[in-house]
Amino acid sequence: MRTQGMRTQWQLFLAFLRVGLLGFGGGPSMIPLVRAEVVTRYAWMDDAEFGDVLAIGNTLPGPIATKMAGYIGYRVGGLGGCVIAVLAQILPCIVAMVALLGLFTRYRDQRWIEGMSQGVVPVVMVMMAQLTWDFWQKSRAALGWIASLIMGAVAGGLIYGLDIHPGLVIGAILVAALLRPERNRRRKEASS
Amino acid sequence: MIYWELFLAFFIPNIVGYGGGPAIIPLIENEVVGRYGWMTSQQFAETLALGNTLPSPIATKMAGYIGYDVAGIGGSAIATFATVAPSLLLMLVALGTLYRYRDSIKVKSMSQWVRPVIMVLMAYLTWSFAAEGVDNAGWLHVAIIGAAATLLLWRFKLHPIWAVLLGLIYGGLLLG
Repeated sequence: MRTQGMRTQWQLFLAFLRVGLLGFGGGPSMIPLVRAEVVTRYAWMDDAEFGDVLAIGNTLPGPIATKMAGYIGYRVGGLGGCVIAVLAQILPCIVAMVALLGLFTRYRDQRWIEGMSQGVVPVVMVMMAQLTWDFWQKSRAALGWIASLIMGAVAGGLIYGLDIHPGLVIGAILVAALLRPERNRRRKEASS
Repeated sequence: MIYWELFLAFFIPNIVGYGGGPAIIPLIENEVVGRYGWMTSQQFAETLALGNTLPSPIATKMAGYIGYDVAGIGGSAIATFATVAPSLLLMLVALGTLYRYRDSIKVKSMSQWVRPVIMVLMAYLTWSFAAEGVDNAGWLHVAIIGAAATLLLWRFKLHPIWAVLLGLIYGGLLLG
């Protein structure tokens, strides 16, 4: 029984280590990798269950990949499994970040290192522009371009014009969304 | 005190950051560069550039590194905890309730309505990186690197690591 438990924790560690190391492109692109480990390789849950966990994870804020790791780790291996799965997924890359940026900072007074750090800023600018465009596209598809522009302009005015903390602005919008009347709620509850 | 500030700086962006991992980037910049001044805009850009070349979620990499930079291993642990734990705990505790609301129009509205706001924050961050670049390297270099990065990322859809390498090499050779 005890060796069985240890084996499960080891499998959790391996599964989410692989997801963390192969998951290029951020959280959402890691979901198929998580599925490959959890459903296909180890059969900890079936596809329907996996879909439910994903849907529930998406109702909450924060990175999706760590929510999946933590929840599945907990289901499979208790509290220890939860911690092991999350750490296996994120720790190697955090250590790599600290090591590489530490090295970079140490030689910052070298002129060519300073040049490198300046050269990377326009690249990040393009990445941010790409993300801005992504969010504009998604927002336009969901709300239409007029509503997206108006909401964006009002939010921009509040945040940059009146200096209101963006967390407050978004918090107010989230509360408004939760208070929104839901017409077909009764029917849905009756059927579930 | 610094630990508490670190906790807040990462807790707030992650609890309001609906709409996928990258949504928290401008919110974190707002805390780390704007509010607490732990990093310059340039350092934040470097962190983001490296973060985009490594696998695993961007939110936890940013938290782990910035936390370490500000307050060592303890800081790294706290910033990462503030990023991961709150929504994970909520998921473990309130699974049944959340399951009932997973198709709710309210829940869908939450991530849809937040998107235009995140878009504006991202646009502003794009503009501030542009201003930062022009200040330090001049507009000509920014235009050249920006155009090349646009080609690599947008047109050829290559992995960010190639664009970052290009920026590093160009900068190391011509901007040093």
